[in-house]
Amino acid sequence: MSDFWSRFSRNRGAILGLVLLATVIIVALIAPLLFPKGPWQMVQRPFLTPFATEGLPLGTDTLGRDVAAGLAYGARVSLLVGLVSTLVALAIGVPLGAVAGYYGGWVDEAAMRFTEFFQTIPNFALAIVLVAILEPTLTSITLAIAIVSWPPVARLVRAEVLSLSKREFVDAAQLAGLSNRRILLGQILPNAMSPIIVMASLMVATAILLESSLAFLGLGDPNIMSWGYMIGAARTVIRSAWWLSFFPGLAIVITVLALNLIGEGLNDAMNPHLNRKGRA
Amino acid sequence: MSDTVLRIEKLTLDLPSGADRAHAVHDLSFTLARGEVLCVVGESGSGKSMTASALMGLLPGAVKIGGGRAIFGGRGVLVLPEAERRALRGAKIGMIFQEPMTALNPLMRIGDQISEVFEAHGLLTPAERRARALALIEEVGLPDPEKIIRAYPFQLSGGQRQRAMIAMALALEPEILIADEPTTALDVTTQAQILDLIAEIRQRHGMAVMFITHDFGVVAEIADRVIVMRHDEIVETGPASEVLAAPRHDYTRRLLDAIPSNAVPRPERVAAPPALEIRNLRKTYRTGGGWGRAAREVRAIDDVSLTIARGEVLGLVGESGSGKSTLGRAVVRLVDPDSGQILVGGDDMAALNADALRRARRRVQMVFQDPYASLNPRARILRSISEGPVAQGVPKRDAEARARELLEVVGLGADAADRYPHEFSGGQRQRIGIARALAMDPDLIIADEAVSALDVSIQAQVLDLLRDLRARLGLSLLFITHDLRVAAQLCDRIAVMQKGRLVEIGPVDEVFLRPRDPYTRSLLDAVPGASWADGGSPARAEAI
Amino acid sequence: MAIATTVLGRLIKAAITLLAIVVLNFLLIHAAPGDPAAVMAGEAGAADEIFIAQLRERFGLDQPLYVQLWNYVGNIIQFDLGYSYRQGAPVFDLIMERLPATLLLTLTAFGISLLFGVAMGVAASARVGRAGDSIITGIALLFYATPLYWAALMAVLVFSVWLGWLPGFGYETVGGGFTGLSRALDILKHLILPATTLGLFFMAVYTRMTRASMLEVAQMDFVKTARAKGLPDRVIRRRHILRNALLPVVTLAGLQAGQLVGGAVLTETVFAWPGIGRLMFESLQARDYNTLLGVFLISAAMVILFNIVTDLVYRLIDPRIGATR
Repeated sequence: MSDFWSRFSRNRGAILGLVLLATVIIVALIAPLLFPKGPWQMVQRPFLTPFATEGLPLGTDTLGRDVAAGLAYGARVSLLVGLVSTLVALAIGVPLGAVAGYYGGWVDEAAMRFTEFFQTIPNFALAIVLVAILEPTLTSITLAIAIVSWPPVARLVRAEVLSLSKREFVDAAQLAGLSNRRILLGQILPNAMSPIIVMASLMVATAILLESSLAFLGLGDPNIMSWGYMIGAARTVIRSAWWLSFFPGLAIVITVLALNLIGEGLNDAMNPHLNRKGRA
Repeated sequence: MSDTVLRIEKLTLDLPSGADRAHAVHDLSFTLARGEVLCVVGESGSGKSMTASALMGLLPGAVKIGGGRAIFGGRGVLVLPEAERRALRGAKIGMIFQEPMTALNPLMRIGDQISEVFEAHGLLTPAERRARALALIEEVGLPDPEKIIRAYPFQLSGGQRQRAMIAMALALEPEILIADEPTTALDVTTQAQILDLIAEIRQRHGMAVMFITHDFGVVAEIADRVIVMRHDEIVETGPASEVLAAPRHDYTRRLLDAIPSNAVPRPERVAAPPALEIRNLRKTYRTGGGWGRAAREVRAIDDVSLTIARGEVLGLVGESGSGKSTLGRAVVRLVDPDSGQILVGGDDMAALNADALRRARRRVQMVFQDPYASLNPRARILRSISEGPVAQGVPKRDAEARARELLEVVGLGADAADRYPHEFSGGQRQRIGIARALAMDPDLIIADEAVSALDVSIQAQVLDLLRDLRARLGLSLLFITHDLRVAAQLCDRIAVMQKGRLVEIGPVDEVFLRPRDPYTRSLLDAVPGASWADGGSPARAEAI
Repeated sequence: MAIATTVLGRLIKAAITLLAIVVLNFLLIHAAPGDPAAVMAGEAGAADEIFIAQLRERFGLDQPLYVQLWNYVGNIIQFDLGYSYRQGAPVFDLIMERLPATLLLTLTAFGISLLFGVAMGVAASARVGRAGDSIITGIALLFYATPLYWAALMAVLVFSVWLGWLPGFGYETVGGGFTGLSRALDILKHLILPATTLGLFFMAVYTRMTRASMLEVAQMDFVKTARAKGLPDRVIRRRHILRNALLPVVTLAGLQAGQLVGGAVLTETVFAWPGIGRLMFESLQARDYNTLLGVFLISAAMVILFNIVTDLVYRLIDPRIGATR
C-alpha cells in the first residue's frame, strides 16, 4: 500500500488531480452552507458581470440567479451522476465480462455479441433517446449513462479474465479441487482489479461529460441545477454574457481533467508492466 | 590469434541506480579473431547480451557506457558519432536475436525486410536488391525462394524465420556476426540445423562469430574459444576444448557439473501396481471451419497407452507440438480427452463428472513450467499451498501446519509461508510449486517442463530436490520435458512422443543407448554437444 | 475471394444488428409514457378522443404487439420511418435532406482528428519525456476533458464574435447568392469551426492512443532488428513503428465513429448546422418521437457502415487477418 502511494505521488499530475478533485468535492458538500438560498432564487438583477458586485463574484444569469451558487450546486449532481452511473455500469460490465472470459464457448459468444451490439449503437444518441423517452429525471439520466458506458468494462474484464485464466495458478487451483465460482471470485478477479479501478476513474470523468451534454440539450432533471443546464440556458446570450457559459464549462473541464489525471496516476502506480520488466 | 577483428578493453557498462547491481559488465576485456567462433557463456543476468548491445550501439537508454573501449577496424566504435555507428551496423557487424517469432516486422514481406539492409546503406538498385535477397534466401536454405521472398513472417515457422534473420545479417557480408542466443527458442532438431548453418556460413564467408549462449552443449557444438561470465565479469576464457575438458574456475566447473550428462544411470526397476494407466487416449483439436471452409485437425494425442508404476519416474519427451503437454494436462483433465481411459487408483479420470472430478483431483497434482505464472501473485504462499487441502475438507489449522512443514521439506523454511510470490526467485517458486503439489498428498505428480525456465545451476538444484523427494517419499512422477539430457538424469523409463503418437517407450538406458525408433535417434543426434557429453571431444570445433 | 466472403459476412451481421436496433426502437416507442396515438395526436396539435381513435386504427395500434412489431419492421424495410406531424413530412425524407450536411461535418471532423491526432502522437512519442512531449500530452489531456459543446461555444465567442474571422452560424451565407466555387468556399468557411471543435476531443483520443502505441511498438524485437540493419531512425519510425502502431488506432477509430455521430448533435446544435444532429435536437424540443427514433436508427446504420469500412481498411494494413484461417 505504501508502495502504491509512493509510486502514485511520484506523478505530479496525479497529485494535482487529487487536489482539484478534493476541492470540487468539498465545494459540493458544503454548497448549502455557502449558499443557503439555493441555486434557483433570484438574488439580484440579471446579467451582472463577474467580479463587479460584492457577494456575487461570478455575477448573475439571465434570471438574476447567483452563478457561483449554481456552480456549487452543479458540482453535486455532476459528481453524484458520475459516481453512481459508473457503479451501475461496473455492476453490469464486470459480471458479464468475467463470466464470458472464464466460461468461454457459447456463453462468451452470446455475451460478446450482446456487448458488441451495444457498442455499435452510437452511445450519445442512445443516451439522448433513452432520457427523452423515459423523461429526464436523475434516475433516468444515471441509468442511461450506465447503459451506454458498460460495454468497454465488459470487454476489458473479459480480456483480463481470459488472459489470467490461462495462467498456471488457475490450473493449480482447479487441480486443488476449487469450484469454478471460487476460482473466479477468489483467484482471478482480485488480480484483475487494477485495470478495472483505472478504467472506473476514467469512466466517472466520461459520465460527467455525458451528463453535462444531456443537460446542455435540455435533458437534465428540471429540479436540479447542473453545469450543462447552465451552459445550455446561456447559449443564446453568448454574445452579450459570455461568462454565463464560460464558468460552468471551466468547472467541467477542471473536474474531468482532475479525474483523468488521477486515472493516469493510478495507471502508473498499478502498472503491471513495471513488475513484468523485472522478470527479464 | 594475430588476425584480431575486435578488441574489447576494460569495458564497463553502468546500470541505472536502483538496479540490483551497479554494472552490467565491469572491466571486461577480450578479443575476437577473424573466422573464429567465440562463445560467451553465462547464466541470465551475466551481462553477456548487454555487451553485444553495446557493440551494436543498441543499448537501452538507461544503460550507460561507464568506461573502456572497443576497437574495430582501427577505431574505437563506442565513441563514434551515431551516423558512423549506423554505417557499421548491418554492414560490418551483423546481428541475430533470440526470438525469431518477434524479431521480424509482421507487416512486411520477407524479401522487403532483406532488401532493406541494402537500402539502409544506399547500395544497389531495387532490382539488384531483389536478386540478392533471392540469392540470400537460397543460401540460408529456405525452401522455394520465389515464394518466401513474397511471404509474410507469420507464414514461416520459427526455424525458417531464424534463417531469414540470418539472411539479413549476412546480406552485406559483415566481418562480425553477433548471435544472441539464436537457438534458445527453437526445438532441438531445428537448433541443430541452425547451428550447422551458422558454422557453415562462418567457414564460407570467413567472418568472426560472437555467439552468446547459456548452454554448454551448444558451446561444445560450435565454439573455438569460450568466455565464461558470471555477474558482471569474465571468470574463465580459453579454447573450447580446454575449458570443456579441464575447467579451471570453480564457477565453470559448477556450471558444467550442473549440466545433465548423457552418462545414463541404471534405472531402478519397479514392479508395483501402476499409479497411472492410460489406455488408448485420443484428443483432436479442430480449428477454423465455418463458412464452408474445412476445419483443420491436429491430433494432439493419437491413441496413446502407457503405465506408470508406483514409485516410478517416467520421462515424457518430445519437441513442441508433439502433444506431450496435452497428454499431461489430459491426465488431470485440464484438457478433456475425446476417448480412452485414464486410470488412477482404479478410477477412470476420463469418465468422471464435474463433482466427482473435483474430489478425485487430489490424486494427481501438477508442477508447472512458468514459475512466474504458477502462483497467484495476490495470495500469500500459505494460502496458495493450503487452499487445496482445505477445499478437500482438511481442517484449516492442520492444512496450514502441513504447509509450513512442506516448505521445510522443499528447503525453503517455514517462514516463507507468510510472504508473497514476488519475494521469491524462479527456483524458489518452483520449490513452492512442488510443496503445493505435495500438500494434496497425491498418488502421482506431473511435472510439465518444471525446470525448463530455470538457469542450469538452479535447474540442477531442483532436480536434486525431486530426486531426494522421490527417494524419501516414494513419489510417482510423470516428468514432461523437451530436454533429453534432463530426462536422462531423473527418469527410470522414457516415453518419446511425436505428432501426438507414442513412438517409443522403454527403460532409460535402452532408449538412449539403443533407440529403436528413427525419430528417437534423430532427437538424440540433435542434442547439442552430445558427443562431448559422452566423454568424447567437441568434434566440430576440433575439425576446424 | 476472401474479401468477398468477409464483406458478405459483415453485411449479414450488419443486417442482424440493424434489425435488433429496429426492435429496440419499437420497444422504446412503447416504453414512452402515454399512448403513442395520444403522443402523435399531441404532435399534430389535436387531442380529441375521436382523432386519437382514428390514429390508433390507422397505425394499427389496436392490434397485438407482435403484429405491430411485424408491421413496423416491414415499414422500415421499405424506408418508411413514419411521419413527422411537426415538420409535416415523412421522417425518411427529412433525414435524407439533412444527411449530406452531417456527413460533410463528421467526415471532415474525422479526417482532421485522425490526421492531427496521429501526427501529434508521433511527435510526442519521438520526444518522450522531454518538453515537447509534455506540451502535446498536456494539450491532449485538456481537449480530452473539454465538453464538445463548450469548446464550440468558446470557439464561436473568440473566432466569430470577438475576432470576426469566421462565421459562427449556419451552413452557408443565407442570401449570399454564391454559386460554384465561391459557394464551396463559403461552405468551407462555415465548416471550419464546427468540424474543428467536433474533432478536438477525438484528436485528443487519437493523440494519446498513437503515442502509447508508438512507444509500445518501439520496444518490440523487430525494431531492434531494424536498428541492427543500420536503418536511419526516421525510416524505422515510419516504416516499422508507425505502421504497426496504427493498427490499434484504426480499431479505435472504427469504434469511435458512433461517438462522432453523437457529438454531431451537440456541434450542430451550437452552430445551427442543418444536419441530422440538429434535426434530433429539434425533435427533442418538439417531443417528436418518430423523428427522434428515425435519426437514431439512421445514425446507427451509418456507424455500422463505417465499421465495415474500417474492417476492410484493417485488412489492407495487416496481412495476417483473413490469411491465417
